[in-house]
Amino acid sequence: MQSTQIRKDKIEEELWVVLEEVKDPEIPVISIQDLGILRNIERLDEKIIITITPTYSGCPAMDTICSDISDALVKSGHKNFEIKTVLAPAWTTDAITEKGKLKLKAFGIAPPRKRNATDQTIICPLCQSTDTSLISEFGSTACKSLQKCNHCKESFCSFKPI
Amino acid sequence: MPEKNSKTLIQQYATRLGDDSLILGHRLSEWCGNAPFLEEEIALTNVALDYIGRARFFYGYAAELSNGTQTEDSIAYLRDCRQYQNFLINELPRGNFAYTIARQLIIDIFYSHFLPRLIQSKDETLSAIAEKAIKETQYHLKRSTDWTICLGDGSEESHIKIQTAFEELWGYTDEMFSLDHLEEQLVSQGVAVDTKKIKNTWKDQIEDILTKATLTIPRGEWGVSGGREGYHTEHLGHLLSDLQYMQRTYPGLKW
Repeated sequence: MQSTQIRKDKIEEELWVVLEEVKDPEIPVISIQDLGILRNIERLDEKIIITITPTYSGCPAMDTICSDISDALVKSGHKNFEIKTVLAPAWTTDAITEKGKLKLKAFGIAPPRKRNATDQTIICPLCQSTDTSLISEFGSTACKSLQKCNHCKESFCSFKPI
Repeated sequence: MPEKNSKTLIQQYATRLGDDSLILGHRLSEWCGNAPFLEEEIALTNVALDYIGRARFFYGYAAELSNGTQTEDSIAYLRDCRQYQNFLINELPRGNFAYTIARQLIIDIFYSHFLPRLIQSKDETLSAIAEKAIKETQYHLKRSTDWTICLGDGSEESHIKIQTAFEELWGYTDEMFSLDHLEEQLVSQGVAVDTKKIKNTWKDQIEDILTKATLTIPRGEWGVSGGREGYHTEHLGHLLSDLQYMQRTYPGLKW
């Protein structure tokens, strides 16, 4: 956009670090940046514009995420900011970083494979077995399905590719 | 002024797409605390949440187009039955589990064809909402297909219940594939979806699933419509009295 003044200066770089502390409210080990929810940080004159995108249409965590972003910005001394929510391009699990996927696995959630991957086998995050089966398409949140491991007999959540 | 007219038409279209989503989302949310077992409790309420999220996007857009005269909350909570324009099938009671699944299959197949066409809309916001929604609908459809086959090709009791459900719901499906004057105009502008064009695909797909589920395809001897004109069944009034109770009793109440 011609009219937007995007200045890559120290404050914008600092903000990426500040907002790394804003985690998903349901999965507190993964940041909104690693999830691909935080799309952009830019400065327009003296105002900071944060652009985020929702995961699922009805994601109930978005309000909490917005207020967590506000808290983080205020705590780091910024008061003049706006949080913009965009819908397009639509969020996809392909936007989750590799670092984020490792954190999901360590937390006990099977990370999503790439959407166009032909092998969509779900691996148990606890015992690494590939002998897993679906209990329900919907788990504790809309973005996860509920699986069981036929090897170690534990149930676990799996992030659905979307 | 053609541009203003178009904006008003799109505002109405977005509102009615929001109505479809909110009313269905509400019906699904009525399973909260009442589902047959825990995994279904979570599944049904998550599907409800997907629809309520869509309603918020559609209503939010309609509010934006209203130039400040409406908000997403005023659209949801302060309009009465005659102003709601949802499909009749969405407002029918949740019924038993088979009834909910049958209704959901009918609607999921519909949206699996409606939404990809809405993505092609010349209106960028409607297109963006549809682009998110289709991903969720694909999971909804898998669920309702699997359950229909499970119940149809299940026990004698489940078979009877889901067959009865499809027989009772079939007459409400015609409405989804007809256009009123508002939609005809928006179709010609490349904004709205011509649902007449997806009827045959819907029919072929649902008949295929019903056959796999060992169910008989209903004969379709009657059909009802009226939702788009604001003529609703008795059920919508009761639904809105639940949905709107707090705002009506305590106007302007905020959390």
